[in-house]
Amino acid sequence: MIRVQNLVKTFGKLTAVNDVSFDVAAGEIFAFLGPNGAGKTTTIKMLTTLLRPTSGTIELDGLNPITHQNEARKRFGIVFQDPSLDSELTAWENMQIHSVLYGVPGKVWRHRAEELLKMFELWDRRNDQTKKFSGGMKRRLEIARGFLHTPRILFLDEPTLGLDPQSRNQLWNTVKKVNESEQVTVFLTTHYMDEADRVAHRIGVIDHGKLVTQGTPREIKDQTGTETLEDAFLKLTGNTIRDESANSADQLRQFAKMWQQNRR
Amino acid sequence: MSAIYILWLREVKRYTRSRAQIVASLANPLLYLLVLGFGLGPVFQRAGNGNYLQFVAPGVVGMAVLFSSIFSGLGILFDRQFGFLKETLVAPVSRLQIMIGRTLGGSTVACTQGLLIMLVCLIAGFRPVHYSAIPLALGFMILIAFLFAALGMAIGSGLQDMQGFQLIMNFLVMPIYFLSGALFPLKGLPVVLKYITRCDPLAYGIDGMRNVLLGSAYASFDPVHDCIILIVVGAVLLVFGAWRFSKIEA
Repeated sequence: MIRVQNLVKTFGKLTAVNDVSFDVAAGEIFAFLGPNGAGKTTTIKMLTTLLRPTSGTIELDGLNPITHQNEARKRFGIVFQDPSLDSELTAWENMQIHSVLYGVPGKVWRHRAEELLKMFELWDRRNDQTKKFSGGMKRRLEIARGFLHTPRILFLDEPTLGLDPQSRNQLWNTVKKVNESEQVTVFLTTHYMDEADRVAHRIGVIDHGKLVTQGTPREIKDQTGTETLEDAFLKLTGNTIRDESANSADQLRQFAKMWQQNRR
Repeated sequence: MSAIYILWLREVKRYTRSRAQIVASLANPLLYLLVLGFGLGPVFQRAGNGNYLQFVAPGVVGMAVLFSSIFSGLGILFDRQFGFLKETLVAPVSRLQIMIGRTLGGSTVACTQGLLIMLVCLIAGFRPVHYSAIPLALGFMILIAFLFAALGMAIGSGLQDMQGFQLIMNFLVMPIYFLSGALFPLKGLPVVLKYITRCDPLAYGIDGMRNVLLGSAYASFDPVHDCIILIVVGAVLLVFGAWRFSKIEA
């Protein structure tokens, strides 16, 4: 369903994504993990036509998103890291705009929007402006909207960031339900390793723009000889904290920390 | 086509829903109309220029249209801040359609504001030569609205944060307004000022409105001439705005 080969993206001197290749099968839930600034969002942006790759090829459902942009766009839905709802409009109106932009016929989208809003427990609030929604409700609405045009692939970029455990649990259960009932391929990123472990069929770990490993959660834990995915992740990507733009003072602090540890 | 319609509808809905904003955006032009209209009236009359309220009303209408349309174009900046922009950028519709939908929506809102101010002017005592001239004035409002919505879009596409917004207000929108001849006649100005005002597209819009509403005695240029300039500059800015918008990266 998704095929990425030798994908590279450079911004000036910085290589954000460095020769990344992976495949995601149809109907699979694939978790793309990595520390801050590892290249996750850049990869998602390239997969979803928002950024042009410097080199390499991408295939979405057999289509090249660079040459067949609009056809590719109809085949995927995306939930961005930051909210992307119109807060002045109601939940229903947000769904309506989406369906028109994606060319879903009137009868079809009304029926599907109702089904999705009920599934994500937003049906009673459909006529409220989304500025009155809680963080969890906004997220759920965005995911419901992402499914509205029956995409083949759904991209979720840190969808559970800042949500309470209840909301996260409910969100993943619903996503899994749609994944199973409609065979939608799901490509997600998250910082919660327990979520990835529970939800994903397969996992890819990216660090410093390079794909470090990929496989099922079990395989990755076995490969690193660790109990939890969190430990496996730390083993693969190291313990240092990544700030997206570390300056020299940060590096010095890092150095001081290491030195103190050695002395003990 | 339906994408253009839904984005137009979005702008209109957002406008009708924010009552407080409608009132606030009418307050500024009203202040100019009432304070300057009645305050400067006697001086203007003594200088032999006729009734100042008559003179300033089309200028204040032009102001309402200018502010509203340029803000709608800059609305891209708010959409970027609040995220909705991305939703439209990954949708399977061309950037040109998105741009046209937004511009039409913004212009509709701007012309509605202009007509509201026109109504207030009529209540305050403004009298056009004939009421049939109002649809013609609306024609000029539409041209002004398009031109500045496109300009706002061109600028808004390049701005990354809200800091730029104040800058645009102080160094672009206010000068456009003050140099347009909305508040004073463009005849007999010092040479430098005369040439600067000639570069201001709003000057032709307001001049056109004065021409159709009050007759050529109140105007400086030929209305056909005004119309052509507005159409040409508007078309250039639309193309420029569309080009800038197509360059946005999310």
